Amino acid sequence: MGFLHYFCRKDKIMKTSIHFSYKFVIGLILLVTMFCVSMVFGAASTSLQDVWQALFTPLKSDAINILRELRLPREVAAMLVGAALAVSGAIMQGITRNPLADPGLLGLTSGANAALAISLALIPGINYFGITIACFIGAAVGAVMVFGIGSMNKGGFSPLRIVLAGAAVSAFLYAIADGVGIYFNISKDVSMWTAGGLIGTSWSQLQMITPFILIGFIVALLLSRQLTILSLNEEVAVGLGQKTTQTKTILFIVVILLAGASVALVGNMAFVGLMVPHIVRAIVGTDYRLIIPMSVIAGAILMLLADTIGRTINIPYETPVAAIIAIMGLPFFLVIVRKGGRVFQ
Amino acid sequence: MVRLYTDDLSIGYGEQLIVKELSVQIPNQKITTIIGPNGCGKSTLLKAITRIIPFQSGAVILDGKSVDKENTKILAKKIAILPQTPESANGLTVGELVSYGRFPYQTGFGRLSKKDYEVIDWALQVTNTSSFKYLPVDSLSGGQRQRVWIAMALAQETEIIFLDEPTTYLDMAHQLEVLELLQRLNQEEQRTIVMVLHDLNQAARFADYIVALKDGQIVKAGPCEEVITKEVLRGVFHIDAEIGIDPRTKKPMCITYNLLKGEK
Repeated sequence: MGFLHYFCRKDKIMKTSIHFSYKFVIGLILLVTMFCVSMVFGAASTSLQDVWQALFTPLKSDAINILRELRLPREVAAMLVGAALAVSGAIMQGITRNPLADPGLLGLTSGANAALAISLALIPGINYFGITIACFIGAAVGAVMVFGIGSMNKGGFSPLRIVLAGAAVSAFLYAIADGVGIYFNISKDVSMWTAGGLIGTSWSQLQMITPFILIGFIVALLLSRQLTILSLNEEVAVGLGQKTTQTKTILFIVVILLAGASVALVGNMAFVGLMVPHIVRAIVGTDYRLIIPMSVIAGAILMLLADTIGRTINIPYETPVAAIIAIMGLPFFLVIVRKGGRVFQ
Repeated sequence: MVRLYTDDLSIGYGEQLIVKELSVQIPNQKITTIIGPNGCGKSTLLKAITRIIPFQSGAVILDGKSVDKENTKILAKKIAILPQTPESANGLTVGELVSYGRFPYQTGFGRLSKKDYEVIDWALQVTNTSSFKYLPVDSLSGGQRQRVWIAMALAQETEIIFLDEPTTYLDMAHQLEVLELLQRLNQEEQRTIVMVLHDLNQAARFADYIVALKDGQIVKAGPCEEVITKEVLRGVFHIDAEIGIDPRTKKPMCITYNLLKGEK
């Protein structure tokens, strides 16, 4: 963990009770623990020993096969999507200085969703790569629509107005997805994608999506210092010599990659990108060099937790993970609105 | 030799020009103050000179080079700008905020060097904010916060500093605190300081050079004695002013004033 060394020097300007690298390590330990928990518990009962054997030995048994082919890709997907949504939410909140920004609330998810439905309808037999690309385009279109409508009013865009625009655009885009599904008689296919959550995530899907998400993480981390300055004040950022237009464009592309890839993997999922960055800020402060890596960990943990609850709360039936997240997220949303963006201060 | 000047600078959005063909020279190592009524284009001019907003025609020249063609990071080592009342600092500590002043000197992931830490500490010291180093900026009073933002601009180590109404929302003592700090920086460090001020007497007292704007054009630019006059103030602010001499600073001051009656 060479890069953690860098943060040691931060103490000279920032007195914190617990050093960031400790927080990071604690986060990692929590993540591994949560991963083990989510691997062990499920409809088919398995033991910690099965998990160990599935991961680290070539042994074979029914339980091990279930773990390897069903649960492991699913939990890996949960971690990736949770982390991707959390980071994209953090970036959106930073760029827009809007504490309510979230890919699910601001039209990206619904845009990707609509694009997914349209591409399934118009290109029968479209492969997974095509679907992924469609999701990227849809996410971009959805975001542009929301920010376009949100900034039409001369007073600039306030956090709540953007969220209203997001709700309106999302309703519209979901209607398009539904309409396309019904008209082309592919509703079942569409909803399998969009409402399926993590069910049936396969290794081949993961292979397709993972590079996009990893690239997104790396670029986000490289630009995290720029993002912190941008999140303060745009004029200050220009004055400090930042190419703000260029920075914002790249970060916007990162958000599209992360949110679009998430939809391609699990369909609709709001509130992860909203909640995680706020929780993370309470732990590590407002420097995006720390927020981004911590959001990766916290997002992954949250999603593993939600998925495990979803799989176990009502065995043998699955409770949709999006619903679990929404149950946690909605009260959170209301608290942020009430406190004007400062949840933990 | 003047380092920074504008040449027939026009700034505006669409058809409407806010600043019209304005040519002004910023004297080196002096305090220049821009005054004028609301909406006369003071802030707009400040922002265009510091490349925060684009201009339509004309030029801003620094060291013989057009500012809009210069690398923005190099500019950030020459000119610092403190915009009007930066809102919250997002929970950053004073030390963190000031450290962002080192941004133009950093590359890659932004590790602060020994030199960076020295400059940060110096900036905190000069602005008398060292004792707040580990406190959140948002927990400070208005005057303290303004000093911290100035410290950030100082950490940029630029010879030219622009400030857009640095005394707004501060009480009298805090206003003086900020202005005296700027004066000290000018006198002891030879920094060129350009700021927008609302208070005429403060402008006269602290500035070496005053630019009086109205409707996006210069009415008068020159030393205080030439600008703070009955005629200029009548033209710029539409007021009938009584000008005297400040017994302590020997600078001109506006003792009392009335709104001019009749047509503008």
